[in-house]
Amino acid sequence: MSAKRERITGRACVLRGDDIDTDRIIPARYLRAVTFEGLGEHAFEDDRRQAKGNHPLDDARFAGARILVVGSNFGCGSSREHAPQALMRFGFEAFVGASFAEIFAGNCTALGLPCLTLAPQDLARLMDCIDLDPAQEIAIDVTGRSVTCRAGTLRASLPEGTRRQLVEGSWNNTAVLLEAGGAIESTADRLPYLRDFSATS
Amino acid sequence: MSPLPPHETAAGAAAKTRLDATLLDAVWDAHTVRELPNGDTQLYIGLHLIHEVTSPQAFAMLRDMGLRVRHPERTFATVDHIIPTESQRRPFADELAEAMMKELERNCREHDIRFFDPAHGEQGIVHVIAPELGLTQPGMTIACGDSHTSTHGAFGAVAFGIGTSQVRDVLATQCLSLARPKVRRIEIGGALSPGVYAKDVILHIIQRLGVKGGIGFAYEYAGPAIEAMSLEERMTVCNMSIEGGARCGYVNPDEATFAYLRGRERAPQGAALERAVTWWRSIASGPKARYADRVSIDGATISPTVTFGIHPGQSLGVGARIPRPEDVPDDERASLEEALAYMDLRAGAPIEGTPIDVAFIGSCTNGRLSDLREAARIAAKGHVAHGVKALVVPGSQAVARAAQAEGLPEIFRAAGFEWREAGCSMCLAMNPDRLTGRQMCASSSNRNFKGRQGSPAGRTLLMSPVMVAAAALEGRVTDARELL
Ligand code: SF4
Repeated sequence: MSAKRERITGRACVLRGDDIDTDRIIPARYLRAVTFEGLGEHAFEDDRRQAKGNHPLDDARFAGARILVVGSNFGCGSSREHAPQALMRFGFEAFVGASFAEIFAGNCTALGLPCLTLAPQDLARLMDCIDLDPAQEIAIDVTGRSVTCRAGTLRASLPEGTRRQLVEGSWNNTAVLLEAGGAIESTADRLPYLRDFSATS
Repeated sequence: MSPLPPHETAAGAAAKTRLDATLLDAVWDAHTVRELPNGDTQLYIGLHLIHEVTSPQAFAMLRDMGLRVRHPERTFATVDHIIPTESQRRPFADELAEAMMKELERNCREHDIRFFDPAHGEQGIVHVIAPELGLTQPGMTIACGDSHTSTHGAFGAVAFGIGTSQVRDVLATQCLSLARPKVRRIEIGGALSPGVYAKDVILHIIQRLGVKGGIGFAYEYAGPAIEAMSLEERMTVCNMSIEGGARCGYVNPDEATFAYLRGRERAPQGAALERAVTWWRSIASGPKARYADRVSIDGATISPTVTFGIHPGQSLGVGARIPRPEDVPDDERASLEEALAYMDLRAGAPIEGTPIDVAFIGSCTNGRLSDLREAARIAAKGHVAHGVKALVVPGSQAVARAAQAEGLPEIFRAAGFEWREAGCSMCLAMNPDRLTGRQMCASSSNRNFKGRQGSPAGRTLLMSPVMVAAAALEGRVTDARELL
């Protein structure tokens, strides 16, 4: 069993904009490595360089933030787990946004990082509220699916299966999948291309 | 094990009795190990492909958990992202690339995984070599730590791009935890006009349905224009499903699929092939299949398509004008303005005539033999414009050999293109082939994200290989139909 992720609290960083892709989150040149170590410092590197210190990740008001608040379709593009790894190593433990690319959200779950979505008007409220008072503590209740800020408690969405994995600490799939035991091979034995006409050897 | 007629196997029977099932349903049911407490399906993965970028960390996680690869015979490896294309000679000049290569070799050796090695002429982009070897077959579940795994759907496989933790899951268990997607059928009716290619079709689909339109869906591509496509063209379409937000895309297997597989090294042969074809036919979507959504597009209305923005949905026909912020829906305006600023293109201006600095023909989208053949038809008609750097990069060593046999490298070289060795090359910034500064690149690849091609300010215009070749010759975006 992995650690339970029932509640995450801390400061939040607001990163506006839609369709932020994985090449922006972690430029491909940092994928030339055999481990994920050191990726944190390169998160959003090109965007940050271009913003010359004005990027939210460099904004002193958001320093030490544990929650990243984003727009829609965040994490689209490549399947690289390097993207959530970089953000996790930068210090983020949870994401709140309008929507997330599927593979990105799946990769986050596999690392125990919740990706919660809010209705557009609630997301706008949350972003504005954090902008007004970046020092406030934001509370993400994974169990009850909500995000609380100064402006109030906002109802958030998180697929039920994912919610259970996070709160029960069963988000490391390998252990769960292994429990199937011999049923894995008996499924394979029924597949025509493995039993009847296998040609790959 | 004694061969059973396919309809007597559980999977064959399940598929056969369900005329209302889609291919996705049939394949999903056949591969279901069990339903998981989180609501996902534990799905058996029939073919696992790995490469040097997303696998080393997965092997490390496996080691940390004290586990071995459960079915090494179902995993195949190659090297593509980091390999230099000027010379594949070892050791690679880039030490990081060499280290990744060594790690892959070590993992394959330690875990008994078949490695398609450049030294043996077997290497290529993972999504190019698996089909050409006949590893990719209808009805399989396929996974690879790479989002363009959707390519393999061209054969009627259900193929997913996965993250590194999931690569670990497959290595350790030969299974994935996945939610069953809904199926959207996308019918391309009519016939494509001359000079319009599979790349134009998929760019058009993404433009119509949006880069988020496919979230939660598998795309089933169908209709006369898709059925008329070769398997290589279908791969181009399925390849970019992910760019439309769909995790996988597929075409139902048909005679063209079976003909492609006949005689391939790792496809079934002889009597086994006949049994295979019977099963492959049985898993295709039934005549009464139910879809969560249907879209139809008239193929005749599609023109050669070019992206102008910073995601693959921002595209237009080559004869059209770049949209103005006031012309688009509210929720697209900010993204359009950002795109125009980054690309330094003018709203309302024609895309045709946009000057380019670099032309790239290659990638898992368009680096196969038929792509190079078509581009060579254009290359034969002129010379690369002064000041333009033009690269042709075959998708695999086998593609390179086949192109050689047809004399394509000579045609390209005579026209001023560089002919390279197989790899991902300028599709992404992990090897020496990169844009510099604000270079504008006409590219046959699949992503035009900011910085994708290696320069943080570099700019990408996605288009078909023929359109790239034409742009190379003219030094600007051109309607290739005028040169064909
Ligand atoms: S060619 Fe490009 S998209 Fe395809 S696998 Fe290589 S890097 Fe990925």
